[in-house]
Amino acid sequence: MSKSERVPVYLDYAATTPADPRVAEKMMACLTMDGDFGNPASRSHIFGWKADEDVKIARGHVAALVNADPREIVWTSGATESDNLAIKGVAHFYRKKGKHIITCKTEHKAVLDTCRQLEREGYEVTYLDVESSGLINMKVLEEAIREDTILISIMHVNNETGVVQDIAAIGELARNKGVIFHCDAAQSAGKIEIDLEKMKVDLMSFSAHKIYGPKGIGALYVRRKPRIRIEAQMHGGGHERGMRSGTLAVHQIVGMGEAFRIAKEEMAAESARLLALRERLMNGFSDMEEIYVNGDLSHHVAGVLNISFNFVEGESLIMALKDIAVSSGSACTSASLEPSYVLRALGREDELAHSSIRFSLGRFTTEADVDYTIELVRKKVEKLRELSPLWEMYKDGVDLSKVQWAAH
Amino acid sequence: MSIYLDHNATTPVDDRVVDAMLPYLKGGYGNPSSGHRFGRESQQAIQCARERVAALIGVQPAQVVFTSGGTEANNLALKGVMALAGENSGLVVSAIEHSSVLQPATALQAAGCPLAVAGVDGDGKVKSDAFEQAVSKKNVALASVMLANNETGVVQDIAQLSEVARTHGVRMHTDAVQALGKLDIDFSALGVAAMSLSAHKIYGPKGVGALVVEKGLRLQPMLHGGVHEAGLRAGTENVAGIVGFGMAAELMQSGLIQRTDHCERLRQRVEQALLKMAHVVVFSRQVTRLSNTLFFAVKGIEGATLLMSLDRDGIAVSSGSACTSGSGKPSHVLLAMGVEEGLAHGAIRVSFGSRNTVEEVDLLISSLQRQIKSLLKLNSGWA
Amino acid sequence: MAYSDKVMDHYENPRNVGSFDKDDSAVGTGMVGAPACGDVMKLQIKVSDDGVIEDARFKTYGCGSAIASSSLLTEWVKGKTLQQASEIKNTELAEELALPPVKVHCSVLAEDAIKAAIEDYNSKGGAAAEAAEKAADGS
Repeated sequence: MSKSERVPVYLDYAATTPADPRVAEKMMACLTMDGDFGNPASRSHIFGWKADEDVKIARGHVAALVNADPREIVWTSGATESDNLAIKGVAHFYRKKGKHIITCKTEHKAVLDTCRQLEREGYEVTYLDVESSGLINMKVLEEAIREDTILISIMHVNNETGVVQDIAAIGELARNKGVIFHCDAAQSAGKIEIDLEKMKVDLMSFSAHKIYGPKGIGALYVRRKPRIRIEAQMHGGGHERGMRSGTLAVHQIVGMGEAFRIAKEEMAAESARLLALRERLMNGFSDMEEIYVNGDLSHHVAGVLNISFNFVEGESLIMALKDIAVSSGSACTSASLEPSYVLRALGREDELAHSSIRFSLGRFTTEADVDYTIELVRKKVEKLRELSPLWEMYKDGVDLSKVQWAAH
Repeated sequence: MSIYLDHNATTPVDDRVVDAMLPYLKGGYGNPSSGHRFGRESQQAIQCARERVAALIGVQPAQVVFTSGGTEANNLALKGVMALAGENSGLVVSAIEHSSVLQPATALQAAGCPLAVAGVDGDGKVKSDAFEQAVSKKNVALASVMLANNETGVVQDIAQLSEVARTHGVRMHTDAVQALGKLDIDFSALGVAAMSLSAHKIYGPKGVGALVVEKGLRLQPMLHGGVHEAGLRAGTENVAGIVGFGMAAELMQSGLIQRTDHCERLRQRVEQALLKMAHVVVFSRQVTRLSNTLFFAVKGIEGATLLMSLDRDGIAVSSGSACTSGSGKPSHVLLAMGVEEGLAHGAIRVSFGSRNTVEEVDLLISSLQRQIKSLLKLNSGWA
Repeated sequence: MAYSDKVMDHYENPRNVGSFDKDDSAVGTGMVGAPACGDVMKLQIKVSDDGVIEDARFKTYGCGSAIASSSLLTEWVKGKTLQQASEIKNTELAEELALPPVKVHCSVLAEDAIKAAIEDYNSKGGAAAEAAEKAADGS
């Protein structure tokens, strides 16, 4: 077996990424007595002013990556809070205008659970289906828009499949219909081009730790022209122009700023490199029997590959692959026994959803990592298929869909 | 080099805390929700931090819910409890709470929740009769009074207020953000149902805090989207921040008396010097205060002007809460204490830290003496 | 999810993997679970004329705990009479493997599998099944 330099090999960049060393260094300079440790809200001394300046620079970096105005960036504790703030913030502010929200079945839990909460508060939510490609059908979306629709929330890149939605088109439609459009870009910022001057997105959620920044920090883009209003969800000192109170975590913000700055600089080269690595990985599996790629690779972010290895159960496969860190479905639900709801929404049968592995590659992934992964996965899938009664039946020519399984 | 005397606004992170965080900033990067080795390592680090924070206030680790800071903890306590308290349930807060309690309370009121504000006396202590009257009203579900005030440093008798609240079937929340590490806090002895904490006031990192809850307290989460923090707070955990909070809490476990004595000595030194000067009023001197906090005003001098003069001498203090600094409004805490607006405008807060020295404090004293004298002269010249 | 050493051992080195001819009258086959639920267990026993389980085989599609539960079960049933094997409780398996609460259903599935295998064997009216019936009549 080819030797990878680092075992276990980390291939779970869509769950979280290591902070870039350049990011960690910047953060370190905002913690201790000899650094910029001040509270940016302190207006009466140099410690506060320096911290405030650091925050301003970081805000500029985040805005620059997505071609926004720095005043349109609101810091939060992460994409989950950004999603909550965007969706509840719009719903609560515009409640007199209408109480209907449109989202999609393959959204992240942070969007879906927030919508469920709003349903408990008396809002009505339409959860759109997706095509087997993972894309939403624009016609279906258009037909779902009603007189009282106030918000459409559709993510840019899906965290499990890597499928990219056409948010430019969704933005056009939403703007024409006078509906606010929120987009969760936690998985896309820094990986594919986002131009908020051109794209008619009104609110966009960002996370730092998906692009080599720290955990516990994120941002919400809130468009100024035309002006989008949101009701604050966290009240206090009125930070972030009243949209989000709480002492600004300077080192975290500086870390996010640096991560976004690096992403802007290196995005083009990095995604070309990741695409080549993903193709290498895919080629390594392509002659295997009964494997299924989840999500349309022609509308796809470079670093993610989600494959179902039929007749092998995902959790046991992950256990077998303990020398590589991958995930079956979303990290936020990996403690549960439910098959991935995202793959179910793509129309995958439960057994294929159960058999899925998400490989997500990133900045520190090497060709050796990929080759090691291919060899290990092939070996372990073979071993588990030897153990699998389903594989045996398939080999014996039994049509599994016709089998009457005992209820259990 | 500037002298930092604004520790109630924020504190520098202790080097040992930075050392503890570093592996999680650089190397250990798993998502705690991931099942693989990287994820498990992060999960274990969080558990260890949870134990350390719990130990500092004498609770079980499972009672600690990590948040993005004190503001979120206060919001979660008030909105989380009130959301499940049933219609027309009332809320009581004191008049001197931090904005992260007062603002959520106002927001709840705007949404139809009956709100009562309990006043304070001239020293900044919550009036117990006013408090009792407020909590004895029908349907009151929650009362929130801070353990120590960020501006005056006044320590409230939370144990007694909790008992009053409990006799009327009202749960008590306390914002202990400013008290943590400065007082010996025992969650159960205080008799509260929930308590807010923050890391960056105890030499830990910004962006992390906790709401500590009594067992069985039902809360509606503020952030939805996953089962993190036992379903009470969704979102990928700020692992490095939480680890830093844990380490900061661990460091606060010992040396409390030395820290408070040290600050008390520094404060007395400044206070004695101030009291010798005419026109100076030191607030809340007659009651128990945090030993690191000194809040005063000079009659006839604008706080902002004095702050600028001190800044020129390289001394960093504040006019009160950092969160409302720059607003130009006088301290709501002083107004609640009945201090007249003109004097309240002149308020200056000095808050000491464990690394401040006698030399630094003497520089503060000489700067204060010089600046106050010249500013008063300027004023009398105008008169 | 942290697995116990025993689960890891059975998972890494599963015992008695394989299949018998399911049409053999001395063989009982139990197939339980469903692919849609994420686990399917096939357990087979080979029974001697005097009603003792001589050998056992399994194949399992499922998580590590499911694989370990079925692997352990094949070890336990060997040398037991059908009666003894049918008395194995899922709680014993769960305890031996130190299964966490969310994985207890794997041991339940294993118990169901051995019961199904015994039932299948009995339904074939094999030698031992007849002997057992006679014994029952005689009492």
